[in-house]
Amino acid sequence: MDNKIKYAMVIDTKLCVGCGACVVACKTENEVPEGRSRVWVVEEVSGVYPKLSMEIRSERCNHCTNAPCVSACPTGASHYHKSSENLVLVDSKKCTGCKACMAACPYDARFTMPEGYVTKCTFCLHRIEKGENPACMSVCPARAIHFGDLNDSNSEVSVLLKSRKFKVLQPEAGTQPNVYYLV
Amino acid sequence: MALKVNRREFIKITGAGIGGAAVAGGVGKVAYGLIKGDSGDDVITRVPTFCEMCTFQCAGWAYTKNGKPWKIVGNELDEHCYGRLCTKGTSGFGIYNDPDRLKTPLIRTSERGKQVFREATWDEALTYIADKLKEIKETYGPESVAMFSHGSGGSWFKTLLKAYGTTDFVAPSYANCRGPREEAYMNTYGEAIESPERTDMKNSKCIVLIGSHIGENTHSQQVNEFAQALRNGASLIVVDPRFSIAASKAKYWLPIKPGTDLALLLAWINVIIYEELYDKDYVRRYTKGFEELKKAVKDNTPEWAYPITTISPDVIRETAREMAKHKPSTLIHPGRHNVWYGDDTQRVRAGAILNALLGSWGRKGGFFIPESAELPEWPIPAYPKPKRSFKDTEAGQKYQLANLAISAGVCAATVHGVTGEAERAFYEGWFIYGCNVLKSMPQRENTIKALQNLSLVVVIDVLPTEITGWADVVLPDTSYLERYDDIRHSQGRTPQIALRSPVFEPRYNSKPAWWIARELAYKMGLGDYFPWKDVEEYLDFKLKKIGSSLDEMKRLGVKNLERTTPLYIGKNEDYKFPTDSGKIELYSETLKNFGFDPVPVYRRHDEPEGGYYRLLYGRSASHSFARTINNPILSELDPENEVWVNPIVAIEWGLKNGQYVRLENQDGVVSNKVKVRVTERIRPDSVYMVHGFGSTAKNLRRAFGKGADDQELMTRILVDPIMGGQGMHGNFVTFRV
Repeated sequence: MDNKIKYAMVIDTKLCVGCGACVVACKTENEVPEGRSRVWVVEEVSGVYPKLSMEIRSERCNHCTNAPCVSACPTGASHYHKSSENLVLVDSKKCTGCKACMAACPYDARFTMPEGYVTKCTFCLHRIEKGENPACMSVCPARAIHFGDLNDSNSEVSVLLKSRKFKVLQPEAGTQPNVYYLV
Repeated sequence: MALKVNRREFIKITGAGIGGAAVAGGVGKVAYGLIKGDSGDDVITRVPTFCEMCTFQCAGWAYTKNGKPWKIVGNELDEHCYGRLCTKGTSGFGIYNDPDRLKTPLIRTSERGKQVFREATWDEALTYIADKLKEIKETYGPESVAMFSHGSGGSWFKTLLKAYGTTDFVAPSYANCRGPREEAYMNTYGEAIESPERTDMKNSKCIVLIGSHIGENTHSQQVNEFAQALRNGASLIVVDPRFSIAASKAKYWLPIKPGTDLALLLAWINVIIYEELYDKDYVRRYTKGFEELKKAVKDNTPEWAYPITTISPDVIRETAREMAKHKPSTLIHPGRHNVWYGDDTQRVRAGAILNALLGSWGRKGGFFIPESAELPEWPIPAYPKPKRSFKDTEAGQKYQLANLAISAGVCAATVHGVTGEAERAFYEGWFIYGCNVLKSMPQRENTIKALQNLSLVVVIDVLPTEITGWADVVLPDTSYLERYDDIRHSQGRTPQIALRSPVFEPRYNSKPAWWIARELAYKMGLGDYFPWKDVEEYLDFKLKKIGSSLDEMKRLGVKNLERTTPLYIGKNEDYKFPTDSGKIELYSETLKNFGFDPVPVYRRHDEPEGGYYRLLYGRSASHSFARTINNPILSELDPENEVWVNPIVAIEWGLKNGQYVRLENQDGVVSNKVKVRVTERIRPDSVYMVHGFGSTAKNLRRAFGKGADDQELMTRILVDPIMGGQGMHGNFVTFRV
């Protein structure tokens, strides 16, 4: 694991307005077909009128350090990218469409393409390899999405997690997710 | 989007086979900025444009991949969007790809109101219009033609119609949306807010939103600056009967009783004045009428406002002090859609007065002084001078402080006689450009009555919306991605120009607005007003006059020019306001002279009776009202609206989340069926729905019949006596389960 990148997304629920620009930017950038989506938005309302609070989250694959989809995959199609300890990808050529990964994923982040293989968020690998940010982050009008390497203690994401209160989704699943929500 | 959406719901909805598969794009056109693709084989191009998904006109880059539409991203230089397009702007290729688009000119073959047409050639369609316009001009005068317009391409038709002899251009965005705001600020500061707003929100330390839904309203600049202020720790006060997105971010959310905002504003003014929290130097230096104002609001104490607004006096005081603490970097946001209760100009003016007391106008974190680029026009002959205009209609006479034509007034003048000449109507012909007036104005029956009375109805649009069914001739405009339009040079911190250039050749038999207007001008013998070879020559001429060129703009998309004046009023500056007095008018002599309250006064509005709920409406982050509901991408995100119902009300009526009901208003009008959303986010005395749904246009295959139309339930309009605004919050509904 030495020298490998730990990609993380840190999303500020205090700034997210739930507009869905991330959903569409991902869809167009990655040419995701009609009726499918790699990113989605959840609103969680608590309380009784007028004592209310609401958390808004832009959600996607959590690129888990202990990804059940990778261990569930019988063909090795679901795998970690060579440069990273947690960037989970699907090799469409190896994928048989058995959906074992979809059953294993506690976040429901995966779906099948019309061609039959499974896909999901890649953190826009094709963009980050060129030094660009993921499409969802680049479009966010509230600048609520941050991205970077948690193994670099000076990265923006590391600094944010040191200075702000945060949570991850379903920590009890033991997946060690890497999408963090500032709360 | 249906924001509760978790993706499971999302997939279920969108996987259900709504609409056909999007048709892949047309043949690629060689464009600027050829970029090598990711795989090495892909051919990527990008061209600059500015968006038309709403009318905020954010600049962006439209990318193609292998000659097909790929993505649209914001232009980093652009102050409308700071490089970040909203949900709708990002979905721009949806309109290009929409298989339901108007494809060829159409001429009516049945009575108006039915979508029964025959296909026509451009020559036939334009000849038909030119002949009819000639006849109208000879019989009634050219002033008998009005145009409704809500889109960039409307400018070409304005040139055409001014050359023909009329200046009556109507935008429902005035009397049906932000008119009260503009007149309120005109009558206080001598200047309007205009679009994009001159709010210095990114520098605000305290933001006050009154029924303004930033976040659901996704005008990118506003959302960017709102979030930036919050990131910097700005204090947010939100007044809204609904727990809006903005309310969820607020330090103080004031869940006000609908219809009482003016009482709250007056109480705030009272606290700011009587606790001496106002900016004394600013008030002394720049305002007029402070003593009269002080006297007028004497009794408007927080205790007075409490039973009216349901907001406790402590909260009213605490929030007023919070505003004062951050002055002058406190922004009482002027809002945008202001037509609520008919006293809207006065309500917005109360906010304008509050801004003056806090010294925020012309100050950092309040309002900046905008500038826009001056663009020289191509020399053309002088326009003929119209003998009469909207100002001579009944509404024009009645609402003398209205600076723009009032949509409902134009409808009325199309039905009723010319003042003093009862035997004939004022208007005989309508042009309707990019503006589905059957969805953007309430009291549809009045619009329809007007449409039935006309000798000529021309609709220029991209989609077969409701209004196309009423046209004599339908002209298919291209989408904004297939055409040039005039240079954008809107106001802002930086005077900027932006270019819209075509990504693709016009699809089907559609034509760009500039071409349609010019061809029509040729047919009418008005070619002198369009003397350029083509639109590229026209744009290049204008751009070269200000030191740029079409070539440069194709590379940049957006260009910043130098400001010539300071962004804010200087310290101790002897600043003169463009009002009659040269000062900010806290007390308005003008309003008094016209018979209106010189200082806003709260008057009670009707409340719903038992079993009825006030109908509130707003917008979805995924849609620009009815304009985008058929968009292949956006209709997936948010296919239909829901009626928000408080759980207490849901129990009373036995309503379940997700069930369909119909709403019936106080006049017995029953809506289309609409899905119930049981949520704590709405007051028990009100229901809420997103405006723009409930399409009755069968040819909009994704949108047809989806959700309910709030507008048809707005049979009672509360008219603003100052400027003719059409207040739409005075309607009450009950459930038909």
